[in-house]
Amino acid sequence: MRIGIVCPYSWDVPGGVQFHIRDLAEHLIRLGHEVSVLAPADDDTPLPPYVVSAGRAVPVSYNGSVARLSFGFLSAARVRRWLHDGTFDVVHIHEPTSPSLGLLTCWAAQGPIVATFHTSNPRSRAMLAAYPILQPALEKISARIAVSEYARRTLVEHLGGDAVVIPNGVDVDFFAGAEPKAEWQGETLGFIGRIDEPRKGLPVLMKALPRILTERPGARLLVAGRGDEEEAVASLPAGMRSRVEFLGMVSDEDKARLLRSVDVYVAPNTGGESFGIILVEALSAGAPVLAADLDAFAQVLDQGAAGELFANEDADALADAAIRLLGDGARRAELSARGSAHVRRFDWSTVGADILAVYETVTDGAAAVDTDEKVGGLRARLGL
Amino acid sequence: MTETLIWTVVALIFIGVYLSWTAGRLDRLHTRIDAARAALDAQLLRRASVTQELATSGVLDPAASIVLYEAAHAARQAEEDHREVAESELSQALRAVFGEPEQVELVREAPGGEEAAGELAAAVRRVPMARRFHNDAVRAARALRRHRKVRWFRLAGHAPFPMAFEMDDEPPVALADRPS
Repeated sequence: MRIGIVCPYSWDVPGGVQFHIRDLAEHLIRLGHEVSVLAPADDDTPLPPYVVSAGRAVPVSYNGSVARLSFGFLSAARVRRWLHDGTFDVVHIHEPTSPSLGLLTCWAAQGPIVATFHTSNPRSRAMLAAYPILQPALEKISARIAVSEYARRTLVEHLGGDAVVIPNGVDVDFFAGAEPKAEWQGETLGFIGRIDEPRKGLPVLMKALPRILTERPGARLLVAGRGDEEEAVASLPAGMRSRVEFLGMVSDEDKARLLRSVDVYVAPNTGGESFGIILVEALSAGAPVLAADLDAFAQVLDQGAAGELFANEDADALADAAIRLLGDGARRAELSARGSAHVRRFDWSTVGADILAVYETVTDGAAAVDTDEKVGGLRARLGL
Repeated sequence: MTETLIWTVVALIFIGVYLSWTAGRLDRLHTRIDAARAALDAQLLRRASVTQELATSGVLDPAASIVLYEAAHAARQAEEDHREVAESELSQALRAVFGEPEQVELVREAPGGEEAAGELAAAVRRVPMARRFHNDAVRAARALRRHRKVRWFRLAGHAPFPMAFEMDDEPPVALADRPS
């Protein structure tokens, strides 16, 4: 099958949607499909062979964080050319409501279009205003995928219609087979995510940390992610700052090794999450997980059966749970075992098969994707 | 006078282009519904065929075989206005027979059973998918068709008002469960 995938966010900046698209593309290529990914990227960024650049992206504030998006006349022209040259059997758009390549593709294409909705923003006035603009483009989508039951609910509320739920995929064995690193072991808490983005929740963890470090004198916190390290520990007493170790941006291998090594993985995110791929990765690595009780996280953790949940933004509840978990090896082993069994449903072998089933459902008997010739169509209809 | 005339002509052309564009939108939606309906029919037929194959294979006990055969046969033969009920009854029969993981294991162990169980699992998973895509298209078309401009100018032509396909498509737990 010839598959075109559209990534709305800049390929240069690592993010959940970008990783999902990369893994999906590589999974589909391994299965023998022809895949082309269209993504915004700087001209000098090295790209994998299956990625086509749609030009530079512009930083815009979107969904509570700054995203690098691509729009305008030039991008639209590149989308049309990509569609025309690709002659895809199906085009898979990600995040079609974001003002970027996804929406442009919806506008420019006709034929089988699949769209995945990743975010679940609360209903906003901007969304209501945008509805009449979005609707004609979104009508062309033959199949909608939501990454979680929560994302599906918001989609139904905002746009009407329905979607099938297919979770994001993870290469479970990659994480399960990683080698733990000795220096990251021994009463360690782990946190992975942007340090300077409050909704990733590091401030909540920092508030809980003094009590955890006092009660467990041997405990340490390992933080992997971009951001200002000095500012992050500013709220901690000076004596404790040395027990927070910043690893900066880590490679995929190191991320897997970190998750394999830590005693407890903490996800204190405060909102704006519709799935929580990092939790799935932590479960894959067999790390006991302690997460905020966001809807999306509760669903990934099987309502608390595959990992512990604490009340969102409640630093005391986080501290209590962390102290209890660090002192209870049997409970950690139990969580790890349950998590490892639960996480199999997120493996690419399962998720990839579901996504392919969607492709096959919409392409059955349909013509290939082509550019939508608005002017030509109009002319034909007027009989000219 | 000429100026008024020109502006009227411009306005009329503008309205004409807009209506033509809306008609195109509607046309595309109807095409989408047709494609989605064909895909749904294909998935339903596939599910009934695999069920019938399993029912006549002798792998299952005679009682379960008869229940499945009857339901699958009824679903395949159903008239259009009885289709939703018949397909729902097939879903219920499948749930009754494949409610226990042991029953699925039994099928898998039989020669060629691995394949049959896999096909049935794929079919019961794809029916709800295809139905959601179909009803999603129906909803979009209905929303547009209810609009004033479409009703007043009869942009929908003679196309019948689209109907959603309502049925019970809950898959059997033992088949739908992801590997653990």
